Amino acid sequence: MKSCKDVEIICTKVQYKEASFLEKIKIKLHVLFCKTCKTFSKKNTELTSLCSQANIKTLPIEEKEKMKTELKSRT
Amino acid sequence: MRRQTGMTKQELNPDIWVDSYSDYLFNYAVSRVSDSEIAKDLVQETFFAGLKSAKNFKGEAAERTWLISILKRKVIDHYRKINSKKAKSMVRITQNPNSDADSNFLEEQVADPMSLLENSQIENEELGMAIQDCIAKLPKKHALAFTLKTINGLSTEEVCKELDINPSNLWVILHRARTVLMDCLNNNWFKI
Repeated sequence: MKSCKDVEIICTKVQYKEASFLEKIKIKLHVLFCKTCKTFSKKNTELTSLCSQANIKTLPIEEKEKMKTELKSRT
Repeated sequence: MRRQTGMTKQELNPDIWVDSYSDYLFNYAVSRVSDSEIAKDLVQETFFAGLKSAKNFKGEAAERTWLISILKRKVIDHYRKINSKKAKSMVRITQNPNSDADSNFLEEQVADPMSLLENSQIENEELGMAIQDCIAKLPKKHALAFTLKTINGLSTEEVCKELDINPSNLWVILHRARTVLMDCLNNNWFKI
């Protein structure tokens, strides 16, 4: 029997498509009778879709490092 | 650089600007100029201008709000600059290729009031800002792990290398970060 925390971590792996087949079976069985994890799983999936919907852009790490050096040289 | 301020006054701390605000400012800029190179330059100019006018910072606004207000002016300046390069009397009219000669030209140019496209674009921008607000509340390492893995789509291996942790640590961090984000975004954005 997996604890809820383990299941939640597997659920997070599922969001990145990195859960193994066995882990997926475990989580499926668990959410059959655990309402808390079922809600968590739904919300987690929604968070993934919100993040892709928002289409957030970030600066590459190298660019940030360059900016930091530039900024430091001016302080 | 820091001003002597009272308890409620904000302070400037340029050392953390890049780590804390560059993505937020970059997103703001990129959604307005639609070019990541220009957006990057605008962010950099914003930081420089921020340093230069640090003495004018009264500590009434949060650091990020103050930087965004500088960036706003940079974006406006950018558009002024490119507009002055164009012929000023030029009127841009794009003829709809689908229109036939008899149809009313003006009527076709009116925005479709039923179109949801503009609304969803604005909403997505607001969503992006809301998510970034929430990411900013995470511990630094959690925020970085979440951003690298979720927003930048790096592999588990790459993120682990970047943060110098093992995969099971990463999953715990991501799980915690996502739980906090879910709480933070909860009422405004979740449909469940």
